[in-house]
Amino acid sequence: MHMADALISPAVGGGMWAATGATLAYSARKVTQEIDDRKVPLMGVLGAFIFAAQMINFTIPGTGSSGHLGGGMILTVLLGPYSAFLVTASVLTVQALFFADGGLLALGCNIFNLGFFPAFIAYPFIFKPLLGDKPTAGRLSLASIVAAIVGLQLGAFGVVMETVFSGISELPFSTFVLMMQPIHLGIGIVEGLVTAAVLSFVWKARPEVMEMSAGHQPIGQVSMGKVLAGLGIAAVITGGMLSWFASTNPDGLEWSMFKVSGKEELGGSTGVHHTLGALQEKTAFLPDYGFKKSEHEGAAAEGAAKEGAAPAWPAPDAGTSVSGIVGGILTLLVAVAIGFLLKKRERSHGAGT
Amino acid sequence: MSNIQGSLLDLGVMDQLARLDSPVHRLDPRAKIVAALALIVAAVSFERHQISALLPLLFFPVALGALGRIPAGVILRKLMLALPFVLFVGLFNPLFDRETMLRLGGIGISGGWLSFLSIMLRSALTLGTALVLLAVTGIPAIGAGLERLGAPRVFVVQLLFLYRYLFVLGEEALRMSRARAQRSFDGRGTGLKATASLLGNLMLRTLDRAERIYTAMKSRGFNGEVRLRRTLRFTATDLAFTAGWSGFFVAARLWNLPRLLGDIVAGVAR
Amino acid sequence: MSHHIVEVADLRYAYPDGTPALQGISFRITHGESVGIVGANGAGKSTLLLHLNGTIQPTGGTVRVGDYPITKATLNEVRRTVGMIFQNPDDQLFMPTAGDDVAFGPLNLGLPPEEVDVRVDAALAQVGALHLRDRPPYRLSGGEKRAVAIATVLAMHPSILVMDEPSSNLDPRARRMLINQLRSFQHTKIIATHDLDLVLDLCPRTIIVLQGKVAADGPTREVFSDLPLLERCNLEQPLSWSGRER
Repeated sequence: MHMADALISPAVGGGMWAATGATLAYSARKVTQEIDDRKVPLMGVLGAFIFAAQMINFTIPGTGSSGHLGGGMILTVLLGPYSAFLVTASVLTVQALFFADGGLLALGCNIFNLGFFPAFIAYPFIFKPLLGDKPTAGRLSLASIVAAIVGLQLGAFGVVMETVFSGISELPFSTFVLMMQPIHLGIGIVEGLVTAAVLSFVWKARPEVMEMSAGHQPIGQVSMGKVLAGLGIAAVITGGMLSWFASTNPDGLEWSMFKVSGKEELGGSTGVHHTLGALQEKTAFLPDYGFKKSEHEGAAAEGAAKEGAAPAWPAPDAGTSVSGIVGGILTLLVAVAIGFLLKKRERSHGAGT
Repeated sequence: MSNIQGSLLDLGVMDQLARLDSPVHRLDPRAKIVAALALIVAAVSFERHQISALLPLLFFPVALGALGRIPAGVILRKLMLALPFVLFVGLFNPLFDRETMLRLGGIGISGGWLSFLSIMLRSALTLGTALVLLAVTGIPAIGAGLERLGAPRVFVVQLLFLYRYLFVLGEEALRMSRARAQRSFDGRGTGLKATASLLGNLMLRTLDRAERIYTAMKSRGFNGEVRLRRTLRFTATDLAFTAGWSGFFVAARLWNLPRLLGDIVAGVAR
Repeated sequence: MSHHIVEVADLRYAYPDGTPALQGISFRITHGESVGIVGANGAGKSTLLLHLNGTIQPTGGTVRVGDYPITKATLNEVRRTVGMIFQNPDDQLFMPTAGDDVAFGPLNLGLPPEEVDVRVDAALAQVGALHLRDRPPYRLSGGEKRAVAIATVLAMHPSILVMDEPSSNLDPRARRMLINQLRSFQHTKIIATHDLDLVLDLCPRTIIVLQGKVAADGPTREVFSDLPLLERCNLEQPLSWSGRER
């Protein structure tokens, strides 16, 4: 799933663009250093292939619904991590511009979520070790599926974190996670199956294509130990982020909650809300989380009053909102007027050229 | 299949719009890119519940689109298609934030609904701006602009190649898809295995094509670096454009312009 | 003027899997000649052509272009002298606009931007495609693509033009325009094609390739009149000759 501009804050957007930009620059340097200039047309055309492939739907067995290829893993197998990252970035850029997929600020997040994890984590730490030195059809399927799942899980988790950190959406962390991860588990399995099917097709027809990946920047002797180490690292990072989130910056999470707080409502008087609230409590990842939250609920009333709490953004004031509404409607009318006038002007000017 | 054709048509339309001529089209792509990004950053920096304060930002995509002779319908249609996901996530806001923030007449409007509307408005602003940017600039110019703005050359070259062969591969995919459709019945033949072999075939042809392109490139002296013709010139007009709009976005962010307008009107009305 | 001679001596080539493609081809083409290379599919025409600008290295024999044997060191000079035009224009037009494609070669030669612009316009004008300069390739018709593809090579000022199936996929008018254009070029022309009528129109000399060897090398009209030869090589007479007195 894509991150959207509408749900992002400048800090998160800028931060992720910094991360993506750095990765792009580094990858570009690595690719330029590589002697094989065959890559230049290959990268572009494979990007077009992925784009086109994403337009081809297939029916998902058992569900009757349709899906399409993501392609991150296929690109990495054929091109190696650095090139694959660049290609994914360009595919997403074109999609962001043509189909308004997410937006230009969120593009930084999306490139990272959908490009970084498959190329730099799932491929070296999951796919390659599982595929081993002597690939078989079975190992290929296994490697593809597990790698796709892991890559997509990490990417989905990225979306969750970016959304929650931004604070525009009120969706609480645990609810969001509970929605995203299982969905992407399903998507990951399908992606893995399609990847495996396509790769094995190509492998049978042109075995030398698979050896392409062997010629890449050597990542060293990969072994099961490395797989476990990689998964361990991912787990530690994730766990660390979660605990940092919950313990060092409690405001971050409940901030969206009590900022304009449904503090009274959080107890939940209506059915749905109550269920969700209860669900949220039950699924808190860290035991402290729920505890801290209820602590805050009590303190919130005083807290908001005392600290003039954290937010740098001015809280909307109901009283002045009437002016705001009137002014807003007028602004809209002005915008429409601008549109018409400029269009008329351009048409009459254009007639002269 | 109609999916592929629709997408290709779409791409073609946007591409064509980018090759029209208008004062906006003639601006340096760097000016347009920077201004668009400035708008997006401004839009997302507003507090969660702001709605009317965001509205003046609409002037940018509207003005750009109108001057650029972009049909509003094209942009709106694409916006509609892009909204569902944001809508879905946004709708959780009224669910989780139910404290009344605003009273109009006797009706209380919760913060959640305000922030939901804000989200939808942000969506329209940011996505609309991206679409108009593309429609008045085009990928080749955006690529050239990005390169001059410091994007890695390898990335830009690759983006341009992708764009160039998008249509070619899209048409190949369409042809293969039609051939498949002709031989599949009741949804059989569109399953995983059949699609995998279709994609696999397409990929093999793509790999062959890449090889042929490489040969053609080598035959014209290619030695690793694709040199692009430098035809961009940043003029005073471009500077005025970027600075002017950025200034406007900053003003819109610092002061709630519609509220000011409303105050004035209310003042006059009294 | 020796730098316009193409000399192929006992050229041999086998594919990586061992299948022989060229089994000893020899010929000599001098400055300004226009030679047609014909043969059935799989006879080795395209493979032969790819040797002429160093894209493929022979497994035996030599290729000389003018003063240079084709080696790694001389590749750049060879590619400037020998302009190769491939069968599928889409493979040769890989830049965002036609003008960018035509500029690709000169830019690689290291020419300054002003000179590049001059060459681009001149080359496009020469093929009658100047108005297509800012057009993206996918918006070009088959004939226009073909013309621009030729321009991409002309801009490098080659002495020798090598073409693989130049008239394929062209409608009659585009084909006629192509033939007229090629006729006006002063370069040495080596054209591999199935289009025997084009050979008749453009090439006084014809080489027939059969199973990787030269089966005939002589004046076009003579070669095409030799029916047993044509049959042996899986060819027929030019279409414009059907019904003609044999």
